[in-house]
Amino acid sequence: MKKKNALKIRRRHSELSYHAMMLPGMIFLLIFSYIPMFGLWMAFQEYAPAKGILGSPWVGLMHFKYMSTLPDIGLLVRNTVVIALGKIVIGTVMAILFAILLNEVKNKLLKKSVQTIVYLPHFLSWVVLASVVVNFFNLDGSVNQMLGTLGMEKINFLGSNQLFQPLLIGTDVWKEFGYNSIVYLAAITAIDPGLHEAAAIDGASWRKRVWHITLPGMMPIILLMAAMNLSSILSAGFDQVYNLYSPMVYETGDILDTYVYRMGLISRQYSFGTAVGLLKSVIGMVLMVSSNGLAKKFTDRKIF
Amino acid sequence: MIENKSISGRIRCFVIYVVVILLAVICLVPLWNIVCISFSSSGAVAGNRVGMWPVQFTLRAYEKIMGDSQFWRSFGISVVRVAIALGINLVMVVLMAYPLSKSKREFKARNIYMYLLVFAMLFNGGMIPTYLVVKELGLLNTVWSLILPGAVPIFSVIMVMNFFVGIPKSLEEAAIIDGATPFQVLLSVFIPCAKPSIATVALFSIVGNWNDFYSGLIYMTKVKNYPVMTYIQSLSVNLEELIKAGGSASALANAAEVSNQNLNAAKIVVAVIPLLLIYPLLQKYLITGIVMGSVKE
Repeated sequence: MKKKNALKIRRRHSELSYHAMMLPGMIFLLIFSYIPMFGLWMAFQEYAPAKGILGSPWVGLMHFKYMSTLPDIGLLVRNTVVIALGKIVIGTVMAILFAILLNEVKNKLLKKSVQTIVYLPHFLSWVVLASVVVNFFNLDGSVNQMLGTLGMEKINFLGSNQLFQPLLIGTDVWKEFGYNSIVYLAAITAIDPGLHEAAAIDGASWRKRVWHITLPGMMPIILLMAAMNLSSILSAGFDQVYNLYSPMVYETGDILDTYVYRMGLISRQYSFGTAVGLLKSVIGMVLMVSSNGLAKKFTDRKIF
Repeated sequence: MIENKSISGRIRCFVIYVVVILLAVICLVPLWNIVCISFSSSGAVAGNRVGMWPVQFTLRAYEKIMGDSQFWRSFGISVVRVAIALGINLVMVVLMAYPLSKSKREFKARNIYMYLLVFAMLFNGGMIPTYLVVKELGLLNTVWSLILPGAVPIFSVIMVMNFFVGIPKSLEEAAIIDGATPFQVLLSVFIPCAKPSIATVALFSIVGNWNDFYSGLIYMTKVKNYPVMTYIQSLSVNLEELIKAGGSASALANAAEVSNQNLNAAKIVVAVIPLLLIYPLLQKYLITGIVMGSVKE
């Protein structure tokens, strides 16, 4: 009896310590995550910095109604989704293909060197890589010089509404395909080599083995990653777009995040910017929760 | 392994090697080009004559950087920021991951905390309300505005928590029987066992904080307070003007001259060096981290 009581007291002490451990982090979350959530209130106000969030007049859904009348908003959503989807689809296909090819490289030194190089761009900031991209694609850049020697006309990649989206997608795939392939490579190496041997003895060609053994073996991870990516479909990459776009390509290059930034912090339309941001957050959360559900259903794994 | 000695197998092998090497080259060439530009004379750069090797090799750009006080100030701000943020992030992650790794029976409020964390990960107030909070706290133009909003990296907490769950119970019980308090258990049992995952979290923190230009852009109103990436971002060629310059070669050469392309390239190279120094570690830990994070649970 005495022993049991002692244990009980000890447990209560432990729980107190646990709360104490959670406390500092929870304070930070309260200040920098939860209080800003209450700040979303201002999406329904005409926020004026002088009056503060408690004194600013309530305007209900005005900002949302205004948003729906803007021709821009459809364009913004379309740009965002097209760019994000392009990155996800092409990026995933490239990463899977690269993982399959890299798995065939048996020379250890070569494999290691290639991996070292292709993972590198992932760790560099878009600030740095934007300079690299501009340097390559501007009117006098290497790409246009190459086109010149082939006798073709110069192309204004960074100023063309037709080419800006492909440029964003292409350079993002370039930055991330190596790093994204890590997960797929891990999935490939987990496939039982006996399956490949048996199929090879039965005379299956390499292509057939990839199609019928490697790809099905990777499927759970592919689905999980697809579900995870789905939730980021409204985030087309602020860092990249902000560092590469210009008013000339707003028509195809402007995305929700850059728009909120310009409206909110440059034009100081705090309430309107917040309303657009709120809409994005809500849709993003719904997508995240449903993709988690999908992941659980199809792969028995959870994202969070 | 399947040894395929047929001719078609060899051709396939050859093609695969060529494609893989080509992809690696494509990844490296644009980066190498920037390095070459930084070592070339500004004339050669303006004339777009620099390819895969420096033209008219010179260290002028680097000499100029040595005397550029704003660059070093920004560099220093970034170093301080990374150091403080790393410390805070690690303390928060370890402190929060340990209680969260307990079962609901051991820690009754565990699930409530977990919901609060996941909700903060899924949903956020967005750029403007967060900006206003930082502003109200008087953090604008201080290094704390770059650090504190990201003090708790929730994804990292969950990752380390998963790692802690896998540590054998018997180790903890042994320590408790010896009279260790929860803090002592965390320090002497859990942290030493979880070194790889803590290293991963540390690297996430370093890379994220070093590369981030966005916080600096939003929370710093004066250029002298910019961290290094925001500073470099503010330097980058005014794209709009470059594009408007159209085909006119002289206008472009002019723009290139004014913007000191080779100087900027050298700044970029110097700003990336810290990451290159820890790159071997990044490769070792982040890759295990990413595989752990996605395959587990």
